[in-house]
Amino acid sequence: MAKRLQVPFTPEEARKLKSGESVLLSGIIYTARDAAHKRLVELLSQGKPLPLDLQNATIYYVGPTPPKGDQVIGSAGPTTSYRMDAYSPILIANGETGMIGKGKRGPEVIAAMQQYGAVYFGAIGGAGALLSNCITKAELVAYEDLGAEAIRRLEVKDLPVTVIIDAEGNNLYETGRKKYLTSLATL
Amino acid sequence: MREIQAQAITQVVRKLCMQANYHLSPDLKDRILASRAQEPWKPAQEILDRIIENYQIAEKKEVAICQDTGMACVFVELGQEVHIIGDLRQAIDEGVRQGYADGCLRKSVVADPLRRVNTQDNTPAMVYYDMVPGDSFKITVAPKGFGSENMSQLKMLKPSDGVEGVKEFVLKAVEEAGPNPCPPIVVGVGIGGTFDKVAYLAKKALLRPVDQPNPDPFYQEMESELLEKINRLGIGPQGFGGKTTALAVNIETLPTHIAGLPVAVNINCHVTRHQTEVL
Repeated sequence: MAKRLQVPFTPEEARKLKSGESVLLSGIIYTARDAAHKRLVELLSQGKPLPLDLQNATIYYVGPTPPKGDQVIGSAGPTTSYRMDAYSPILIANGETGMIGKGKRGPEVIAAMQQYGAVYFGAIGGAGALLSNCITKAELVAYEDLGAEAIRRLEVKDLPVTVIIDAEGNNLYETGRKKYLTSLATL
Repeated sequence: MREIQAQAITQVVRKLCMQANYHLSPDLKDRILASRAQEPWKPAQEILDRIIENYQIAEKKEVAICQDTGMACVFVELGQEVHIIGDLRQAIDEGVRQGYADGCLRKSVVADPLRRVNTQDNTPAMVYYDMVPGDSFKITVAPKGFGSENMSQLKMLKPSDGVEGVKEFVLKAVEEAGPNPCPPIVVGVGIGGTFDKVAYLAKKALLRPVDQPNPDPFYQEMESELLEKINRLGIGPQGFGGKTTALAVNIETLPTHIAGLPVAVNINCHVTRHQTEVL
């Protein structure tokens, strides 16, 4: 049974989440991809204010399709996370506690997650139409010029994610595969 | 000489962009369902169920299956007896422009690879032309997502690397991609030709229905062997472990030089999209 979690959450709450757990997220998250991450990190390096409050924030790596008909947002599945690896440690050091994406993360990101208390969730890649149903409100926050890559504030209800890497550095991509292969060997 | 108006091509491309992004082809849906039935690992079963639910929602509501509605890869088979009235290239791009705007699809193209300003209409399309005898005009739109495109690889092997070298390279590409390209994946493999043609072959391989093996029994055998080996890696749907890492391996080949053995692996996700129309 999936655990329900309210976002934003603190580093202490992040540390309670365990790799492999299914979680339903409800609350406020922000969208940002490559280009928005680059701008946020530039602002931080210049000591300038950010267009969003990073404290305890969860960022969803997504560039949605435009809404169709009465949709709040279009299809909205995760993009591949490693492209954000250059920026994530800086955002984590500045308060980010959750990241939602898909795919592997680099050692620097995992080290920052362990140091500050942050967690990396996976949403199902390629399931954008399904995930879109869990987003109840979407509003533009910054960087409209980036189109699909703009920062948006999303209200989500029971967004299904899986803890891939927890704040202790346990990684489902390694353990899940190993468990499956071991199960075959013991058949 | 048969004449086709460029505007007619625009209309077809517009429609195909939308249809390809809303509907998976029946062969792929069948393969996903068959893989779900054969998946022994519970977490993997749950993910496949969600993947199935997702494409059903997209189909019903006519919305994008995935938010990465791709670069529009357009394959044209142009009969040499056909005369296009108007500008074919412009007609295709106009179709993409209209399809992506009217279909609420994402605009994911930047005008320059380093200066990176979005063209805002998903053009230009990547167009591949093939001249064929006769007076038919066949066009395929295959929107290609980049999560999987980024995991693709090409290598100029030595002839002495042989069959084993090719298999090893394909398996290495899939292993290195791991969870990144949204498994279960479809693996397009090109073997032979030249440096540029082998990449084209790998992409073209992704257009072949997953239930149609290579007509050459030698390559058909290689396709099934590679699929079996990939599905023994344990990566599984989304990389959380499981049997279903790949849905299909499609191989396309061309003659090559005495000194070479080019091989390319173009990876596609479980949303391997393509729609074709003959005018």
